[in-house]
Amino acid sequence: MGSKIQTQGLDLHYGKFRALLDVNLSIQPRMITAIIGPSGCGKSTLLRCFNRMNDLVKGVRVAGRVLLDGVDILGPATSLSLLRRRVGMVFQRPNPFPLSVFDNVSYGLRVHGETHRSRLVPVVESSLQATGLWEELKDRLDTSALDLSPEQQQRLCISRVVAVQPEVLLMDEPCSALDPIATGRIEDLMRALADQYTIVIVTHNMQQAARVAAETAFMLLGELVEFGPTLGVFENPKDQRTEDYVSGRYG
Amino acid sequence: MKVSPATTQRVAVGFMWTLAAITFAVLIFILAFILAHGLPHVTWSFLTESPSSMGREGGIFPMILGTLLVAGLAVLVAAPIGVATAVYLTEYTREGRLTAVIRFGADCLAGVPSIIFGLFGFVFFAITLGMGLSVLSGSLTLALMVLPTIIRTSEEAIRAVPYAYREVSFGLGSTRWQMVITVVLRSALPGISTGIVLSLGRSISETAAVMLTAGSALRLPRSLFDSSRTLALHFYILSREGISMPNAYATASVLIIAILALNLLAYWLMRRFVAKVGR
Repeated sequence: MGSKIQTQGLDLHYGKFRALLDVNLSIQPRMITAIIGPSGCGKSTLLRCFNRMNDLVKGVRVAGRVLLDGVDILGPATSLSLLRRRVGMVFQRPNPFPLSVFDNVSYGLRVHGETHRSRLVPVVESSLQATGLWEELKDRLDTSALDLSPEQQQRLCISRVVAVQPEVLLMDEPCSALDPIATGRIEDLMRALADQYTIVIVTHNMQQAARVAAETAFMLLGELVEFGPTLGVFENPKDQRTEDYVSGRYG
Repeated sequence: MKVSPATTQRVAVGFMWTLAAITFAVLIFILAFILAHGLPHVTWSFLTESPSSMGREGGIFPMILGTLLVAGLAVLVAAPIGVATAVYLTEYTREGRLTAVIRFGADCLAGVPSIIFGLFGFVFFAITLGMGLSVLSGSLTLALMVLPTIIRTSEEAIRAVPYAYREVSFGLGSTRWQMVITVVLRSALPGISTGIVLSLGRSISETAAVMLTAGSALRLPRSLFDSSRTLALHFYILSREGISMPNAYATASVLIIAILALNLLAYWLMRRFVAKVGR
């Protein structure tokens, strides 16, 4: 099976600061890959290379290659709109727009030119079903998304991404604003979504990586220190730095 | 002697309460004074008839229409330019020398006395461009005058839109333009409208600039190239030339009530804006 995303010699600078150093990583399709590491190690930066969200930041320079299904996405020929449709992103804080539930979920489709309500309705329904929100919200599609609980909001944000039928879901610490019970349920959701989507999750929480991820990457100071099946990274790390981190000696 | 903190607290609160009360009292006094003198003369026929004998008799209908035309057109011209400038400054450029220069220019423009705008409008629009003393000259001059206000209030409103909304919109594949339309302007709209409504109020109450550009014709304006007297200018001429103080006060009452209504509208929009973005 070919990898879904592959980085080759990926370097990234913020001005003079080198945030990623020669990262070589390949992410397998239809499973969950976790990126762990202490704050500032570059894990979010790496995640944001996969849908080129770093382009929004001033003074960023990227070198190397990022392949999506074998095609380099870093070149100027890449349509960012299309790329981000294929590679969706869920952010740290639940961040629904101050719009209705329906308008939130259908936002991406409308951006991509689908305006007929009759064609939006089924997608909104299936996207809410995919995240387990449909039963709770089917009678409240016109209420403001801001009135939902934090967990519902984060599920809604996942529905909003799922609605544009991406191939990859990038999740940047998706549970850090949620309580442990909600976190557990979102993790269940992630496992369910992994049947259909390639999921890459950045997390602070090592237990979370151990619970959900098939493969785990450990990063430190912009370097990919270790990468492999999650069990191996946690129980039998090859690198001393990985062992120090997963055993809680720092970070 | 040592004063206890509780005492200083009481003194401070009392002091601030007094100052606030004075401010409010001044406002009430001015309003009551003008309305008491003016409202008895504000009748239906005063609002709907044309003036006769220079405004000593008759009503103010042409001035109401002239004011609406001049101020409305001014805002109609200034709002798109101002909002577009604000969007450009916040979303399409990085902070740098150019944005600093534009912003500094807008701030300077905001500090220019309105009579200077009037003089410029007179020389440029009325004479150089041959528009004469007209509704068009007046409204274009006012548009220049309120432009900085619209730019700065729109900018503030746009900046208050959380960055996360922009990120999500980009993340779902929006182009920058789609992001601006669907997220930024949509969320900032109440704040932007507040600035526009306040500008409308300023245009309506402006006197010096319209005197030099829109002229003071008493008849009903029939086209944008006709001269037209605004309410504020009518009040000025009635009182300054001693034509009719009762009618001057009545005109002032109409003007004040219109401005109050606009300010209430702006206040209401602002509260809606805070309720929306503030959560």
